[in-house]
Amino acid sequence: MQLVIENLQVSYDKIKALHGITFKIDKGEIVCIIGANGAGKSTTLRAISRLLPADKGSVMQFENKDLLKYQPDKVVSELGISHVPEGRRLFGNLTVMENLKLATFARKDKENIRGDIDHVFTIFPRLKERESQFSGTLSGGEQQMLAVGRAYMSGREIMLLDEPSMGLAPLLMLSMFEALKEINRSGTTILLVEQNARLALKFAQRGYVIENGHLVLEGSSQDLLNNPEVKKAYLGG
Amino acid sequence: MDLFLQNIVNALQWGSFYALIALGYSMVYSILMLFNFAHGDIFMVGAYIGFGIATALLGFAAMIGLPLPGWLILILTILFSMFFTSFVGMLIERIGYRPLREAPRASAAITGLMIGIILETGNLALLGARRLSFPALIESATYQFGGIFVTNKKILIVLVSLSLMYVLHLFIQKSKWGMAMRAMSFDFQAVPLMGVSINKIAPLTFAIGSALAAAAGILYGLAYPVLDPYMGVLLGWKAFVAAILGGRGSILGAALAGFLLGFIEIFVAWIFPSTLRDIIAYSIILLILTFRPHGFFGQAHSTQLRL
Repeated sequence: MQLVIENLQVSYDKIKALHGITFKIDKGEIVCIIGANGAGKSTTLRAISRLLPADKGSVMQFENKDLLKYQPDKVVSELGISHVPEGRRLFGNLTVMENLKLATFARKDKENIRGDIDHVFTIFPRLKERESQFSGTLSGGEQQMLAVGRAYMSGREIMLLDEPSMGLAPLLMLSMFEALKEINRSGTTILLVEQNARLALKFAQRGYVIENGHLVLEGSSQDLLNNPEVKKAYLGG
Repeated sequence: MDLFLQNIVNALQWGSFYALIALGYSMVYSILMLFNFAHGDIFMVGAYIGFGIATALLGFAAMIGLPLPGWLILILTILFSMFFTSFVGMLIERIGYRPLREAPRASAAITGLMIGIILETGNLALLGARRLSFPALIESATYQFGGIFVTNKKILIVLVSLSLMYVLHLFIQKSKWGMAMRAMSFDFQAVPLMGVSINKIAPLTFAIGSALAAAAGILYGLAYPVLDPYMGVLLGWKAFVAAILGGRGSILGAALAGFLLGFIEIFVAWIFPSTLRDIIAYSIILLILTFRPHGFFGQAHSTQLRL
């Protein structure tokens, strides 16, 4: 197992947001966590990235290394776990190229960077056209492409995606998920959280359902798509 | 007319000090959103370190009987003092500000004021209350252009200041460290997601700001060769005003406003009795800030979100 999360608990001040969730991901998988607003989806990703402290008793391991011993920047630069955050969080005062290069700041394999940037431009040709434009001037779809491209540049073992479909037109959504599949084919494990459950389950192989900080269901995407409770609560009947 | 041009020359020199010091305030603010209120005292520390290095170099040259030229000693003094003072800045970041990163901004401001007092009184305890006189490293020469008089020191001070600002500009725009600083000024919470450690960028920013303040300290010592432990207080506060006037966190704004402050002070003193200089000069600035509370290049409100 590449990523093992056991009994993960996270609190904001005194209020528990995650009540001990457990899941495992194998290398090369595409896994999704679906759930309503405020169920704990983003909290889960932010805990894995070490942006939020985990409560005592939580266990997080990446390839048998204790994730809890790593600082947020080292999770990216040493373990290769990249994170496309909610709202994309691009550096609007940097150009497209600079955003991509900043993500390689701590990389040791300098000789591969040029080739990786070219690969990002093959997946998202639009970014190549916008190379020297400030990222703040990009359209929503282009910004999402850059957020994914930037994560790809920073680390490629696992990519954590927080609502990649948010704010995208249906057609753009589909091509974004096609691009993510291509990134996955080159060996990157993908863990995404989505409110758009149908889209996420069609894209992922397996899924978990999170409710009020608990994982309440898990299964293959097909099973979840056919599960009557999931249908009722997340797929609009 | 000659007097007018003469005052421009004087204002350029005077503004250089403000601009160099204001840059340090603005750089730190732009990445950490806090003002380092000990920064004026870092200017003082830089001047003293420069004094120590210049004295040591002069003594060393006399000892081995080698007459090192004054300009060489000056260059070495500036470089070494910038180098050592940058460590003072990094130390202040490490022990003073890093533990307070999540704390309310007021805590950081109070800490800065206390660090400033420690630096002033520490100097007083260490070296005593007597004033030191900065060695005259280069011989003064005065050149006459038409009706205006320009000393070689004035030219040197303005040129060194402008060169340092240009190097800073190149560093921020072209290097990957500068790129990380720009990114951090936009959204510092997203920076770790790029694999960039805030604990590397923050000390670097303090180091650069402190090095610029040290350069200002030595240039100041060259023009006004009397050092005392409180020399950085008023100058530091005025440079802070320049940083606000330029727009919080704006590097270009800080440099321009530093020079503008120099011009306002010099020209007010030219027109009015010099005892009224600060009252009138800072009333003008207050008036500007009334109409432009965010300064020249500041953002109207913070765009930073919490991650």
